[in-house]
Amino acid sequence: MSNTNDYSWASVCESADVPSMVGVRALLNGEQVAIFRIKGQLYAVSAIDPFTKMAVLARGIVGDLKGKVVVASPIYKQHFVLEDGSCLEDETVSIKTYPIRESNGKIELAIAEAIAA
Amino acid sequence: MSKQKIVVVGNGMVGHKFIDNMIQHEAADQYDVITFSEEPRLAYDRVQLSSYFAGATADDLMLTSEGYYQESGVSYVLNDKVVEIKSDENKVVTASGREEAYDKLVLATGSFPFVPPIPGKDQPHCLVYRTIEDLEDITASAKQSKVGVVVGGGLLGLEAANALQNLGLQVHVVEFAPRLMAVQLDEGGGDLLRKKISSLGVQIHTEKNTKEIIDGEECRYRMNFADGSFLETDMILFSAGIRPQDELARQFNIEIGERGGIVVNNFCETSVKDIYAVGECALWNGRIFGLVAPGYTMAKVAASHISGGSEEFTGADMSTKLKLLGVDVASIGDAQGRTPGCLSYVYQDGVADVYKRIIVSEDRTKLLGAVLVGDVEAYGTLQQMCVLGMDLPESPEALILPSVDGGGGAVMGVDALPDAASICSCHDVSKGQICCAVQDGAMTIGDIKSATKAGTGCGGCVALATQVMNSELTKLGVEVNTDLCEHFAHTRQELYHIVRVEKIKSFDDLIEKHGKGLGCDICKPAAASILASCWNDYVLKDEHAGLQDTNDHFMANMQKNGTYSVVPRVAGGEITPDKLIALGQVAKTYNLYTKITGGQRIDLFGAQQHELPLIWKELIDAGFETGHAYGKSLRTVKSCVGSTWCRYGVLDSVGMAIRLEDRYKGLRAPHKIKFGVSGCTRECAEAQSKDVGVIATEHGWSLYLCGNGGMKPRHADLFATGLDDETLITYIDRFLMFYVRTGDRLQRTSVWMDNLDGGLDYLKQVVIDDKLNVCAELESEMAQVVGTYQCEWKTTIEDPEKLKRFRTFVNSDEKDNTVVFVEERSQIRPATDEELVRFVESTESEMA
Ligand code: SRM
Ligand SMILES: Cc1cc2nc3c(=O)[nH]c(=O)nc-3n(C[C@H](O)[C@H](O)[C@H](O)COP(=O)(O)OP(=O)(O)OC[C@H]3O[C@@H](n4cnc5c(N)ncnc54)[C@H](O)[C@@H]3O)c2cc1C
Ligand code: SF4
Ligand code: FES
Repeated sequence: MSNTNDYSWASVCESADVPSMVGVRALLNGEQVAIFRIKGQLYAVSAIDPFTKMAVLARGIVGDLKGKVVVASPIYKQHFVLEDGSCLEDETVSIKTYPIRESNGKIELAIAEAIAA
Repeated sequence: MSKQKIVVVGNGMVGHKFIDNMIQHEAADQYDVITFSEEPRLAYDRVQLSSYFAGATADDLMLTSEGYYQESGVSYVLNDKVVEIKSDENKVVTASGREEAYDKLVLATGSFPFVPPIPGKDQPHCLVYRTIEDLEDITASAKQSKVGVVVGGGLLGLEAANALQNLGLQVHVVEFAPRLMAVQLDEGGGDLLRKKISSLGVQIHTEKNTKEIIDGEECRYRMNFADGSFLETDMILFSAGIRPQDELARQFNIEIGERGGIVVNNFCETSVKDIYAVGECALWNGRIFGLVAPGYTMAKVAASHISGGSEEFTGADMSTKLKLLGVDVASIGDAQGRTPGCLSYVYQDGVADVYKRIIVSEDRTKLLGAVLVGDVEAYGTLQQMCVLGMDLPESPEALILPSVDGGGGAVMGVDALPDAASICSCHDVSKGQICCAVQDGAMTIGDIKSATKAGTGCGGCVALATQVMNSELTKLGVEVNTDLCEHFAHTRQELYHIVRVEKIKSFDDLIEKHGKGLGCDICKPAAASILASCWNDYVLKDEHAGLQDTNDHFMANMQKNGTYSVVPRVAGGEITPDKLIALGQVAKTYNLYTKITGGQRIDLFGAQQHELPLIWKELIDAGFETGHAYGKSLRTVKSCVGSTWCRYGVLDSVGMAIRLEDRYKGLRAPHKIKFGVSGCTRECAEAQSKDVGVIATEHGWSLYLCGNGGMKPRHADLFATGLDDETLITYIDRFLMFYVRTGDRLQRTSVWMDNLDGGLDYLKQVVIDDKLNVCAELESEMAQVVGTYQCEWKTTIEDPEKLKRFRTFVNSDEKDNTVVFVEERSQIRPATDEELVRFVESTESEMA
């Protein structure tokens, strides 16, 4: 498993911009990312709902199902596991996840090139 | 082989049932069926006849249709009476002279009301109660009358009295016998029934023998009684029993019983070959059966015999359970205790006005009969014990004693019933059949109804059928699971109660005390709705915001491409030209697709997240407020133009619609709620398809409840009539809050009503008679909601912190590039998938 220290990080917003239990959306190199803070833990996944191709996931309700922390798409209500991006209703579908951290009052996302490297 | 010709004389309830049985038969194509009716329409539901006075139409009552008969190859002749049977030629002849040959003849001529031979009985306002035409006559006569008398205090007589009372008459019941319902009830039961009915304003006169009807002094007629007393009345309704309609058989030498009725054997054959009789005209074993269920059994038996089967009619249980003038009454088996040596137990509660008696065999092992007045909960169990000859429990009195712990412990559960137990007598459905349906996957009473037909006749068996279903589900290990979701082992109703009683103000508090985990997209919005119904906090308060569905969170409706629609409130559909212009301007500024909705207002589509506050700022400045098109809450109150402009309008429907919309706007409920208000019975506002429908009449407002358009349309039930403005609002307050309390998650009022134990009558008891003693609470809860209303959008645009939530991106002012519009009919619309692909390709080539 890769160590978070290996990435180069881009700061996307203030810590205060990500409230608890309510998603927000950020742009990272043209990609739309949904960011959540749940019980103190940060998650970042693609904001695009693979079923409708629309950027709505940051606006879904978060919670847990069978022990997994999930977001429900607000359009047709499929659930995506925030940890790994898998979809509970359809195992052939998943969404991209992004490494995320909080540092010096900022929310930071790992930059794609660094991940690829 | 040529087809057999079957002629059915009479197309009443049983004649139709017979035909239906033939149609359903596997060898249906071997028969040609033709039916004659002297009535102007095909079979209708006579049992539900009285609902005609509550607003049902002849169409609502129909049991079949001309279309169905045509499709099924059944010929029918209406308005033509069969007057002759030429049994030597196997032919019938009708009044119009038509002749029809038969291979088999089925007489289903029913019965006619008996009118005692009293001098003066043949006057214009002396009527009977049997057909739709009779009801039309009664309605017409009632319009010209103030006082009405029903002759006969039996089952039908009391039903007729109820009808007359609903028509606004002062009602008297004149009965020859010393008590009411002498056939079904014993003395104790009859006495209590009399007391209860008298207290409802119907005057009862027993042991009265009418001698003559002459002109009255105060009223139209005077009835002189044998004992010298008299009674004045404007109209008289005879309901002194029925007589089998056996005139045809009588004239053509078919055997008739001593006191009338066409004699039949166990196969429903008459004394003449190839001629059958079924229903109320048939006399079996010296008995006439004046109920529909035995008639249906006869129809089945005759159909079976004609098509080579061997089913037999072996008598029928005449137990009855009904509600007369709002009083529950039931009679089972030997209700009078006529069996030699029988013993009885009586329970009487003079305070709650309950009378129960069971009649048991000499050795106390079997139940022979029962009478229940005021509380008929035990009916199902008792009736089955009686019919099936089941053994009585150790202390039989427990069957009628109220249980001390308040539970239903005294009544033996449905588990005690054998599989053969008949649950639905209208459609002859046994407990076993219901259990089979459950095993085949039925999970709701709706499933049971469509699989077995149980409960779709008089409806009286629904409660029992539900118990059987639930018990079978439990046995199959299907937990009758009513948990909201994995986080809460409670129903919505229970959670509502918990929130109220424990004054819980946030989801975190609720889940910590009564649930587990983080919650999900089922329980969070449900809890948000409950919290809002109870405390009416601002929905975007920090602790509530994350609970809301995206629509509630952004206070707009998300569309297929992730943009939102905006629907400002246009109360009652009334809008000033200035406001119309303002809407147009906003739509133009933000390039929004504009459409008139089905709810009499205007929807602006295609707004992006960050545009919502800007749009709302302009709308609020123009005097608009939020329309809650996104909420499980009051949507629209549709109105018609009403008395202000319309030449037919009798009350100001627009004014009332606006008043109602303003009162209930913002009320969060288990599901959305829609109203309609029409200015007269032409019903241009389609109020009867709404959760709450209000229709103006000359006597005030009529209130209809629990209608639905949508996926499964349901006509609203007539709840109350002649209401003034204040009473109307009081009833609606109570109704809505009762629904908010008890409705299930996402359950519209229509489905809620269909699942409400006791149905419409129960709802009336709660809302009108305050049976549960909660009306004051319901009203004050509503007052709290009404008093704390705020336009959520106004609150939001005034709070910079909340406005941040509407940013599309936390780190950029760019627009969402997945949102692409194209133009159609001069407005925007979301691009289709193909168009999107083209768009992406073209932008990519531009970039390259
Ligand atoms: C906009 C409108 C259609 C239109 O262009 O006319 C509409 C649009 C939607 N309706 Fe509707 N309904 C609209 C009038 C109706 C009506 C007619 C009426 O109200 O008189 C009905 C039938 C009447 C009734 O509800 O009994 C209606 C029955 C439904 C149903 C079925 C409800 C049911 O119990 O069967 C749904 C689905 C649901 O609520 O679960 C629904 C759901 C929806 C949703 C919310 C579906 C969704 O989740 O996207 C649509 C989005 C609304 C929006 O603004 O984006 N809509 N919908 C109408 C808005 C009226 C308004 O001014 O607020
Ligand atoms: C107000 C009311 C309430 C009732 N409530 C209940 C209840 O709660 N429960 C219950 O079980 N029962 C109830 N009944 C009784 C129930 O309606 C009857 O048992 C049932 O209708 C009998 O069906 P049938 O087909 O035998 O007779 P009907 O339904 O009367 O049908 C007979 C038809 O034959 C026609 N006909 C007669 N002679 C001729 C002819 N020579 N040529 C052509 N047509 C002819 C008649 O016009 C009629 O249309 C009620 C009855 C009434 C009037
Ligand atoms: S319902 Fe009656 S009052 Fe209203 S518009 Fe129609 S006809 Fe006129
Ligand atoms: S008993 Fe009448 S519907 Fe079942």
